[in-house]
Amino acid sequence: MTLACPECEGAVQMAPSPRLSEITNCPDCAIELEVISLEPLLISLAPEIEEDWGE
Amino acid sequence: MKSLAVLASRVRFEEKEIFAALERRSVRYDHVDTRQFSAGISGPERDVRPFDAVLCREISFNRAYYACLLLEAQGAATVNRADVIGVCGDKAKTSLLLAAAGVPTPRTVVALTPEAALEAAEKLGFPVVAKPLTGSWGRLVTVLRDRQEAQTVIEHRAALPNPQQHVVYLQELIDKPGRDIRVLVAGTDVLGATYRYGVDWRTGVASGGTSRPCPLSPELTGLAVGAAQAVGGGFLGVDLVESPDGLQVLEVNHAPEFRGFRDAHGDAIDVADAIVSHLLAAA
Repeated sequence: MTLACPECEGAVQMAPSPRLSEITNCPDCAIELEVISLEPLLISLAPEIEEDWGE
Repeated sequence: MKSLAVLASRVRFEEKEIFAALERRSVRYDHVDTRQFSAGISGPERDVRPFDAVLCREISFNRAYYACLLLEAQGAATVNRADVIGVCGDKAKTSLLLAAAGVPTPRTVVALTPEAALEAAEKLGFPVVAKPLTGSWGRLVTVLRDRQEAQTVIEHRAALPNPQQHVVYLQELIDKPGRDIRVLVAGTDVLGATYRYGVDWRTGVASGGTSRPCPLSPELTGLAVGAAQAVGGGFLGVDLVESPDGLQVLEVNHAPEFRGFRDAHGDAIDVADAIVSHLLAAA
């Protein structure tokens, strides 16, 4: 399934079985996107990195 | 049947691999997004044991720590435990426990004010590395090559709004062979190790580096397990550096990424399945 990037409207090809909160990148503008709903399949801009993020 | 959960607000390669490993074993689990998580502590809202065991893959240190603390209070077994996350998420606490356990580390000083940091850096001897107490992937990690650079960087740190950034963690700069070593440890078992080659002096894969298989030696295995046990144990990623004086432990990661590890070892070592085994053993 292909969705429009909410940042640049580029075509984002989604994996066959996406997961909720899955992160993907727009192939056009490279911005990080997050799967926010599975039915219907929706993506939005992923949260930006925070100071306490890490391994 | 045990009730299991995976905590994650960001589903990356690693979390997808873990979900797939659980599903291959037909293990039922809930994916809990910590951004929607709350737990009652007292009164009628007090929650009791919604899960027998919880795997924490939360990317935010604070959300990971408090989620596990709250879930443990409800009776859940957590991988990793909140106290382990609390140590691994704070480089000063990690260094204190590693030193107490006799695990070799680079010379390390923690200074509580910019003025004290400047003096401490002088005593340690330039060049030194300044690191934030919390964080990964080499973010805000800086080499201070002389007093002038140190003054500039420490002044910038002092201007940051988060008071924790005013505490300066300083470490001698190790003359390493362009790589460090990541060892994955589950309990007292070592899954394997990778060399991580950096694109700059930092060697993390997240900052653009690459991974290659690293052979396990008794010394490497012993140090990695010793470091993991020193911080409380669990499923951990231990980072080491080859210094001119031998192997030294840099840090221990409570939610290690393993994409680089997979790239290096291929399918020979199934990290996600090992994590699931560790979780099921804790349940």
